Amino acid sequence: MDAKDILGLPKNSFPAAQEKKPRPPKDSQRKPDGVSREVYALTGGMAPLMPSIEVSHLKKRPNSEKEKITWQWLSFTSSARTDNLQLYHWVRVVNGVPPTGDYSFAKYNKSVDILRYTDEEYEKHLIDPMWTKEETDQLFDLCERFDLRFIVIADRFPSSRSVEELKSRYYSVNRALLIARAPSPSDVSGHPLVKEPYNMVHEIERKRALSAVLSQTKQQERRDAEILAEAKRIMESRMASKSAEDAEMPVNPTGNETEKATAPAESVSPSTNIHPSSSTAAPATATTESASTPASLRMLRVYLRTHVLDQMVQAASSTAGLRTIKRVDQTLQDLGVHVKPKVPTKAVCAEHLELRKEILTLLNLQKQLQNKEAEASANRDSSYAEAPSTPKRSYRADVDRPFVPDSVGFGGERAAKRDHKRKAPGRFIDAPPSPPQSKRPRKLKASD
Amino acid sequence: MTRRLKDVEIGFPIVYGAISFWLGKKASEYNSHKWTVYVRSATNEDLSVIVKSAVFQLHPSFNNPTRVVESAPFELSESGWGEFEIAITLFFHSDVCDKQLNLYHQLKLYPEDDNGPQSTKRPVVVETYDEIVLSEPTEAFFLRVQNHPAAIVPRLPAGLNLSPPGPVEHVNEKKRGDTKDHPLSPWFMNFSEADELLKLAAARQQVQAHIAKLRRQLSMIDGLPQQSKASSGQ
Repeated sequence: MDAKDILGLPKNSFPAAQEKKPRPPKDSQRKPDGVSREVYALTGGMAPLMPSIEVSHLKKRPNSEKEKITWQWLSFTSSARTDNLQLYHWVRVVNGVPPTGDYSFAKYNKSVDILRYTDEEYEKHLIDPMWTKEETDQLFDLCERFDLRFIVIADRFPSSRSVEELKSRYYSVNRALLIARAPSPSDVSGHPLVKEPYNMVHEIERKRALSAVLSQTKQQERRDAEILAEAKRIMESRMASKSAEDAEMPVNPTGNETEKATAPAESVSPSTNIHPSSSTAAPATATTESASTPASLRMLRVYLRTHVLDQMVQAASSTAGLRTIKRVDQTLQDLGVHVKPKVPTKAVCAEHLELRKEILTLLNLQKQLQNKEAEASANRDSSYAEAPSTPKRSYRADVDRPFVPDSVGFGGERAAKRDHKRKAPGRFIDAPPSPPQSKRPRKLKASD
Repeated sequence: MTRRLKDVEIGFPIVYGAISFWLGKKASEYNSHKWTVYVRSATNEDLSVIVKSAVFQLHPSFNNPTRVVESAPFELSESGWGEFEIAITLFFHSDVCDKQLNLYHQLKLYPEDDNGPQSTKRPVVVETYDEIVLSEPTEAFFLRVQNHPAAIVPRLPAGLNLSPPGPVEHVNEKKRGDTKDHPLSPWFMNFSEADELLKLAAARQQVQAHIAKLRRQLSMIDGLPQQSKASSGQ
C-alpha cells in the first residue's frame, strides 16, 4: 500500500528522519505516537520487541543553562619544552575564565637517569683498552639523549660499534661506578647489575640463536620435530625396559632347587627396609605399583604366589596403556597360554612374567615398524601422489593379532605381504606436506 | 634362633576349593546339594605344619556362618541350595607368621552344562592351585620344616650357617592331617606344572622368533646395523 503511494501519487513528501516529528496518521494500525509510519513498517507493522527509548529516560543535557562555555584559540607553554616556544590551541573557557595549569601532556615526558662520572672517577675505575674516554663520553651523551634506546644509539654512534658492544661498555661502566661509589661492597651486592653483569658474548650468541630459530624454514622445523619425537620414543622404550628390569629383580627367576645368594634389588634394598622387630605396620593389601612392591610384600612375610605375580605383572605393564595390556592378554590367549596360570608355581610364574615382557617388547617393535612404514609410505606417496590409506589399514589388521591360531604358520603369508610393500624404497623428498607428518606420531601415541 | 634368613623363601603349594554333590532323591527345595569346602596341601600332605586354624566365612543365611576349624584337614561340610563366595582365612602358628592369609572361593553347585540330568555320583569340583610363600623365615622355623614334605625348601645360600638341627619334631599323630586317603581324594584335581611350563616355553619361543624377525625388518628400513636391545629375558 505504501509502495503504491510512492510510485503512484506521492501525497506526502519524503518523511523526515526525525522520530519526534509527529506525522498525520495514514495507517490506522500505527500504534504509538511519535514514530513515523515508514519506520514503524520496518518492524513488520508490530511493536518492536525491545523497549524503545523513552525520551523522558534520557539524560537531560547537563549544564544546559548554568554556565557559559566558550571555546577560544589561546597560546600555551609546556614544561616539557626547554625553549619557551609558544604554541596555540583551542581551549574550553568557562564563564570567561581560561583554565590554569601545565600543559596536560607534559607529565608524560619521562627520561632515564643516567649516571655521569667525573674525570677522576674515569681515571680511577673506568679505563678500558677497547674504549677511549672520548668514545665513552659520546656514548653516555647519546644514552641520555635517547633514553637508552641502544638501537638508535648504535645508529648515531660516530664510530661503528655493535649494539652489544655499546651495551657492554655502558653496563660495565655503570657497574664499576656503582661498586666504586657504594659505601661498602655489601650494600650494593643486591643490585641486579652487580649480581649479574652483562655478558656480551652470551648476548650475541643468544640473539644469533633466536634469529636462527625464527628464520627456520618449514622443512627444518619438520625435521626437528621428527628427531625430537624419535628421541622421545627411544627414551620411553628405554624407561619401559628399565622399569621392567627393576621390577623383576627381587623375584628370583631360577628354579626350585637353587637360590642365588646375591638376590639383587639394589633399587629397592629390602634388607635395609626389613628388620625383625618391625613386623607391624604393613597393611594386608599392598596396592602400590612401583618396583618396590615386592619389598612391601616381603614385609607381609606371608603371601600367595599369585598375589606376587599380579603385582609383578602390574609393575611390568605400568608404562603401557590399557589397550596395550588388553592386547598382551589377547596375544597370550592366541598362543594357548592361560592369562592367569593354572599352576602358579615359582617357575611357572617366572616364565609367565618373562613371556609377558617379551610380548610387550613385541608389541613395541610392531608399533615402531608401523610408524616407520607409515612414514616411508607417506614420503613415497607425496612423490607418487597416491592415497596411502588402504595398504596401511590392511597391514595394521594383521599386525594386531600375529598369533591368530588359524593362520598358517604365522610367518608365511604375512611376510609375503610385507615384502611386496617394500619394493619401492622410501625416498625422502625435500618438502612433503608437513601436517600429516607431524600429526601421525602424535596420533599413535594418543591411541595408547 | 629367631634370626631371620634374608633372601630366603619357603613355599607351600596348596589347593583350595569345593566339591559338591547333588542330593538326588533326598534333595529338597532348601537342601539340594551337599558340599565340602577345604584347603589342602597340593601334594596332600599335612598342612598343620604351618596352619594353626582355618576360618570359613559362609553366607549369612547359614547358622553360625563363621566356622572355625582348628586341626587338619581344614575343611567344612555343609548342605544347601545356593552358590556364594566363601572367604577362607588361614591363621598360622606363632613361629610362622603373625599375619593371616585370605582366600576366596566361589561355591559352585551346578555343572556347566545343564543339559543332562544331574547325577548324585558325579560331583561338581572347583579347585584353585596356589602357593603360600613365607619370606625371610626365622632360623627356627626353617629348621622345623626343612624336611617336611609339604614344603618347598630352597637350598640355602653358601655360607649360611645354621645351628645344628634339633630332634625331629613329632607330628601330632592322634589324627591324620594329611589328605592322601581322604574320602574325596578321588575327585581331587591334578596340577602339573610341567604342562604349563611346556606351553609357556613354546609360546616364548614363538614370540622371540617374531621379535627377531621384526628387528630385522626395522633395521632394514633404517639402514642401520642391527642393534641388540638390552631387554630382559633375552
